[in-house]
Amino acid sequence: MSDTVKFHFDVDGSDFSSAGEASVTVKKKLRQLGYPPEVIRRVSIAMYEGEINMVIHANGGTADVEASDDEIVIILSDKGPGIPNVELAMQAGYSTAKDHIRNLGFGAGMGFPNMKKYTDEMRIDTVVGQGTTITMKVRF
Amino acid sequence: MKIKEIGNLLDAVCLTGESHLDSEVISACCSDMMSDVLAYVKDQGVLITGLINPQVIRTANMMDMICIVFVRGKKPTEEMVELAEECGIAVMCTEKRAFEASGILYAAGLSRSAEGKHV
Ligand SMILES: Nc1ncnc2c1ncn2[C@@H]1O[C@H](COP(=O)(O)OP(=O)(O)OP(=O)(O)O)[C@@H](O)[C@H]1O
Ligand SMILES: [Mg+2]
Repeated sequence: MSDTVKFHFDVDGSDFSSAGEASVTVKKKLRQLGYPPEVIRRVSIAMYEGEINMVIHANGGTADVEASDDEIVIILSDKGPGIPNVELAMQAGYSTAKDHIRNLGFGAGMGFPNMKKYTDEMRIDTVVGQGTTITMKVRF
Repeated sequence: MKIKEIGNLLDAVCLTGESHLDSEVISACCSDMMSDVLAYVKDQGVLITGLINPQVIRTANMMDMICIVFVRGKKPTEEMVELAEECGIAVMCTEKRAFEASGILYAAGLSRSAEGKHV
């Protein structure tokens, strides 16, 4: 595994039923590449939370994953509404999701805290009205 | 407990995963909120839920769960069953409600977490 392996996905924001597909694919690929199960689990949970967020809060975007020898980097980028108060959004239980999202099983305000918990580094670059890019790193 | 025992205890129909009915599980989680499954599941192998959408399967896949039990007679779509098959997840359906299904499995020895298991 000396070379960096890269994956790119367009995440469709118009179709909730496909939300999470990219993360399922990445999980499968990382298994094939032989990464340790615990690393794969951390990457997949963090990416899945971010992918679902892009669909329910930002009308989709792109997901890029770079897997190398000692770290896996996940970059999620959207042109959604942006996040006005990142500190608030990071708090467990804070969610702007409406009832129809909750009926789909999401919107408990646990995604960001979970992404932080499972990654070694998490950075949120966001501009209101322009979009959000989230960069996460899992090291091992 | 083996996955097939879950099926027997709940009078459940198995829609996919016949090949790994002998896999062992020691704990389960019951929720219709996938957010909570993602936030709180550690090593639970079984998800008990009444929610029907593909994210149920994908969430279980992310959490390395190996069996999903749909309660209250809810039926997953064909697409969901195919996805579960690809992910190596057994899918069962029972007429029982979530509370009853959970109670039966708990009484039979499935616990909330692997650590909480009395041995
Ligand atoms: N990509 C995004 N674009 C715009 N806003 C976002 C984005 N991701 C998250 N947010 C905002 O941050 C809040 C918190 O996100 P978080 O993932 O923690 O919770 P949630 O998605 O509302 O619920 P859960 O993740 O538990 O299903 C969201 O409710 C939303 O307001
Ligand atoms: Mg979220």
